[in-house]
Amino acid sequence: MSNDSALNYTVAQGRATSFFPTFERKDELQHATHFCPGCGHGVVHKMLARAIDELAVQDRTILVGPVGCGVFTYHYFDVGNISAAHGRASAVASAVKRSRPEAIVLSYQGDGDLAAIGAAEILHSANRGESITVIFINNAVYSMTGGQSAPTTLLGQKSTTNPEGRNAIPDGYPLHVSELLATLEAPVYIERVGLGDNKQLMAAQRAIRRGLENQVRGLGFSFIEVLAPCPTIWKMNAVEAQHWVRDVMEKTFPLGVMRDKTKETEPRPAPASAPALDRIPGILGVAEADLPTGNAHVMEQGREVDLEVRIAGFGGQGVLLLGEMLAEAGLDAGLEVSWLPSYGPEMRSGTSNCHVRISNAVIDSPVVTSPGVLVAMNEPSLRKFDRAVRPGGWIIYNGEEFPADCVRDDIHVLALPFTQIANDLGDARAANMVMLGALLQISGVLPRESVSAALRRLIKHQRWVDLDEKAIAHGGSLAAARSQEE
Amino acid sequence: MTDTVKHDRGKIEIDANECKGCGLCIEACPPKVIAMGDHLNHYGYKTAFYAGSGCTGCSICFTACPEPGAITVYRTAVTSSRVEAPCASN
Amino acid sequence: MRKQLMKGNEAIVKSAILSGCRAFYGYPITPASEIAETAALYMPKTGGIYVQAESEVAAINMLYGAAAAGVRAMTASSGPGISLMQEGVSYMAGAELPCVIADITRGGPGLGSINCEQGDYNQVVKGGGHGNYRTLVLAPYSVQEMADLTALAFTLAERYRNPVFLLADGFVGQMMEPVEFPEKAIEAETPRWAVTGTAATRSNLVTSLYLDADKLEAHARHLEAKYEMASRLETRSELWQTDDADIVLVGYGITGRILKAVCTEARAAGIKVGMLRPITLFPFPNDDFQRLAKRARAFAVVEMSNGQLLDDVRLALNGARPVEFFNRMGGNVPTHEEVLHFVRALAAQIAPASQPAEERLAHV
Repeated sequence: MSNDSALNYTVAQGRATSFFPTFERKDELQHATHFCPGCGHGVVHKMLARAIDELAVQDRTILVGPVGCGVFTYHYFDVGNISAAHGRASAVASAVKRSRPEAIVLSYQGDGDLAAIGAAEILHSANRGESITVIFINNAVYSMTGGQSAPTTLLGQKSTTNPEGRNAIPDGYPLHVSELLATLEAPVYIERVGLGDNKQLMAAQRAIRRGLENQVRGLGFSFIEVLAPCPTIWKMNAVEAQHWVRDVMEKTFPLGVMRDKTKETEPRPAPASAPALDRIPGILGVAEADLPTGNAHVMEQGREVDLEVRIAGFGGQGVLLLGEMLAEAGLDAGLEVSWLPSYGPEMRSGTSNCHVRISNAVIDSPVVTSPGVLVAMNEPSLRKFDRAVRPGGWIIYNGEEFPADCVRDDIHVLALPFTQIANDLGDARAANMVMLGALLQISGVLPRESVSAALRRLIKHQRWVDLDEKAIAHGGSLAAARSQEE
Repeated sequence: MTDTVKHDRGKIEIDANECKGCGLCIEACPPKVIAMGDHLNHYGYKTAFYAGSGCTGCSICFTACPEPGAITVYRTAVTSSRVEAPCASN
Repeated sequence: MRKQLMKGNEAIVKSAILSGCRAFYGYPITPASEIAETAALYMPKTGGIYVQAESEVAAINMLYGAAAAGVRAMTASSGPGISLMQEGVSYMAGAELPCVIADITRGGPGLGSINCEQGDYNQVVKGGGHGNYRTLVLAPYSVQEMADLTALAFTLAERYRNPVFLLADGFVGQMMEPVEFPEKAIEAETPRWAVTGTAATRSNLVTSLYLDADKLEAHARHLEAKYEMASRLETRSELWQTDDADIVLVGYGITGRILKAVCTEARAAGIKVGMLRPITLFPFPNDDFQRLAKRARAFAVVEMSNGQLLDDVRLALNGARPVEFFNRMGGNVPTHEEVLHFVRALAAQIAPASQPAEERLAHV
């Protein structure tokens, strides 16, 4: 027998400091885990805690826990803890890491959690190359819920939901998550390890440490899949279950490094620092300098304004811009305005229309159902809205001839080939601005200065500003000539 | 005991309160110096115990054990400079 | 301060950033996509995070992560996407995490349409997820309110540590109106409970799991107390020409705008009509209903859904006054002409206010 008292012993391996000394968040039995005897989770927990200790990142670590037998990570790990919904841990971890780039963010998930319900989240977290470390516990079953099949359940393996064993038809094949993720370009490190014997245990400990180290170095996405025993659900003793990992599971899920770009990957640059707070309004374009100067002073005082306009045409004819210009000019003139577009597939496949109201009273409804002016840029648009125009109102129509069956004796019509007119002015696409000019002339509400100001706010290219100004002026003179005829 | 017996390079302590008697440490131990006792702890589990000699301090029992603090591994100062002890594959 | 013309969806994002929001996790959907697009443009420039998630499910769980890490975060979606987010909303309410979710509603059920409807009322106001929780719900009816209520939403989310919804319809999201913003941006403080990866926050825990029945019940009572407090302190509504109203029209969002036009026209025709517009849909302005019921003879709910708001109005009135109903669905927005027609018919039904006040009050 050796004589201890004669020797100087030091602790080689003991309880990790990244574990709580006692598990006070547990309701009972606070000195031990809730895991069954021989559970792989306990083994991996210890590996993880040891790696956190060794890399001295306990304060920086945020552990995102799963739903499954691993749900109580926060009972054990004395680190920042967040428990996620079933399958979503890697999505949660992605946002945590982006929020706190200095933190070491771990996502700990089982095979039901990660490979089934969370398949989309893990795939996209990996594909985005999130700088997180994911520990994936694969024990080929749903353990917490009592042993149902998982995507990783082996062919022939029985479970409560595959009582006769899993068959490729109709159940499909065990899902190889590591191999799947290794087809992606972004991950820097992917390894599958096992807990099947001493050699595997040592490799697993090394892999988990590397997964963390990669993040400490700022490299990117690391993923460690651990083939782990579940003696309880597998109905084996702990040692049999351990051997089953090595002798059976490993045949379906070969161990090894599937991706290692850690040598050639450069650490990610630190995120750019945020701008000073007083610069934010300017960046958003809502600072004092960004606001319209306004030409309200040129408005005729005391004049009542209540303009309700509907503008309609095909997508691409500038219907929405016409309306926006009108509203912008109204705002510049110190009036209340609203602009309401039709939206959605209409924008992409055909007709488009918008409602504009300009008033010197607060605008109640921005919905214009009985327009005072209808601007119809084509015949279908005319036919859609012509009956809605209120008596005494105007229709400005883009066409050689106003359709006979649309004629009403209680409204005014200005029908001209505006597209051709715009083409003659230099570009057919300015037809909307010629019609705007006509509308401004007819309504007689908005000062010229406000229209110019609106044009300059909305149109960036000088060539178009010049052309549009010409178009608006020309449209105005056409409408003026028509009203003189009347 | 004879004079040819060397001092052990390590020893382990098993906390019978934490041990769940799974036997993974017994399976893992290369020199086979851990055994299962008959005593039941407060959970009703039999617990593993160190046979008392022959430990190399390799720590593989600690790695195999699922409980955070059930096993503590000690090494003598002579061997403590070795980071990883050799471990046999079973 | 001078105003600028802006879409409601754009105003939400700008107001959010001015309010200290520095994270947007979302998924595109009409008619809410401009919110994601605007966030994609401005978040990176202002030191924030923008991620287009793989789904609404992922987006709301990213919000969970950002909020847990102590960052002011938001997302936006519409009907079908909000349905998918309900899982995360329940978890966030359970874990007491603040966030702001803009629901720019469209037509349903199912794929429905992208038109303007209000059928998300129940899933947002009643809580579409599992468990004993509520979300606070703000219902803007103008672009200015899109901005103002977004700022308020962040304040409430943090005050109550709870998800707050902005429930706006496609019209309010898509329309442009003049809007003004605060001159200064706010810097959000990191909440003490957040998990930020530091020694000081190492002991913090974010979870919604309480396995013990007594603990979960205590947690549910705690949540309940918060909602009760919000009901007392945060209820908001607009009362429009209700002082002498015989008929009180009730509507929120774009419907509220239409009802204002109806009130004006009905009063011109000699009918005393007013409008009660709930600005907070939860908490619901029950007291305002009870107060107006002392004077008004009838209430009429106008909505673009199948009586979802109507249920809450009936509960609020608790039988004190009759509740009439007018709705359009499918993307058909009620015109003020048809609502006026409905109001005229209703006015003809109710007799002049000849009852003695005591008798009327007896019904309240």
